[in-house]
Amino acid sequence: MVLELDFRGLSCPLPVMRTKEALTGKPAGEVLIWVDAAAPKQNVTRFLTSQGYTVTVAEENGCDVRLSARKG
Amino acid sequence: MTKQDFGVIGTGLVIGVLGSLLVLWGNPGNMGYCVACFLRDIAGSLGVHRAGVVQYLRPEVIGTVLGGMVAAIAFREFRPRGGSAPLTRFILGMMVVIGALMFLGCPLRAVLRLGGGDLNAVTGLLGLVAGVLAGVQLLKRGFNLGRSRRVAAIHGWLFPGFVLLLLVLALGGFVAGKDAALFFSQKGPGSQHAPLLVSLGAGLLIGFLAQRSRFCLVGGVRDAFVIKDFYLLKGLLAVFVGVTLTNLALGFVNVGFTGQPIAHTQHVWNFLGLGLVGLASTLIGGCPFRQLVLAGEGDADAGAAILGMLAGAAVAHNFLTAAAATGTTLNGQIALVGALVITLLIGLTAREA
Repeated sequence: MVLELDFRGLSCPLPVMRTKEALTGKPAGEVLIWVDAAAPKQNVTRFLTSQGYTVTVAEENGCDVRLSARKG
Repeated sequence: MTKQDFGVIGTGLVIGVLGSLLVLWGNPGNMGYCVACFLRDIAGSLGVHRAGVVQYLRPEVIGTVLGGMVAAIAFREFRPRGGSAPLTRFILGMMVVIGALMFLGCPLRAVLRLGGGDLNAVTGLLGLVAGVLAGVQLLKRGFNLGRSRRVAAIHGWLFPGFVLLLLVLALGGFVAGKDAALFFSQKGPGSQHAPLLVSLGAGLLIGFLAQRSRFCLVGGVRDAFVIKDFYLLKGLLAVFVGVTLTNLALGFVNVGFTGQPIAHTQHVWNFLGLGLVGLASTLIGGCPFRQLVLAGEGDADAGAAILGMLAGAAVAHNFLTAAAATGTTLNGQIALVGALVITLLIGLTAREA
């Protein structure tokens, strides 16, 4: 099952901290992450990339962005 | 180096260079730019406190909010949002400034002070790191001010509107030769300032760049420790490089603890002062400077935090808790401990409902 996380509306650094928590110990696969501001979009993407994920924007609706991250 | 890295390093260098040049052009020593000090001066200029030496409607702050607003509109990132515990953010904003006025500067001025050779900034920055780490522990324990949400446009425009009003007052005072409706220091740090349009232009440029790069000093320290992401920290280091090189060229560097402009040598209180700033700023999601830019982007919660900072500055001077070059006051020491207790209480109990 694809893990889907919604961090819209959370202040920094909660989106990236919770991304890290959610992925700790998770096997390779796909994860979908909703954010709604440029700063979390960028730092969540930087974090995921540093963890070996390939990150793409799966859906964009104004400032609401769904990131898709895949590993393995 | 990525394109993002160039952006944040460029922002930091511009802030550092202007931080030094603004002193050359008239701002107080090692205070080319300081969010806490300048909000304190604005509070004084509006008559919310009556400390005669720190009253000036600092155009750098006005420019930063408006520069952030222009960038957000131009790049379609202006987004009215709010509703994440605004009263709590107001109170935490007060705590930030009570801490900053013990150290005599926000995190940005701490870096500028270091670039001028003021070693008391080292003590302060160590405190900042300790405060940020404590804040991160609270976040890990579940601290959360709740989600913000999209709100009607008016909520997002109120703070930029307030700042536009300040701009009208500043320009009006300028044209009329310092109108009596505002207070302007005749002596002391408030009387030292670069020409109005120069300060405004510097603020606009800094705000614009910072909106694009998401520049944040507290974020720099925080992300380096939490997720080993050094992106924002590069911006902080770039400020230091920019201000140090410009200060060296201008002959502004004086290395030591004593005889530093608008600074004192009470190490414990410098450490605790910026420690409180680091802690409370982590809880509201960014340093005072970042709050200015966020408010310019339509973040009403950041606007509430900044109004809290203005109120905190008024408290600091009306209750004589602010430090001075001569040192801290007993009132200040009591207020700082009280503010730490209040901040920790909020940090330990605020959870997402």
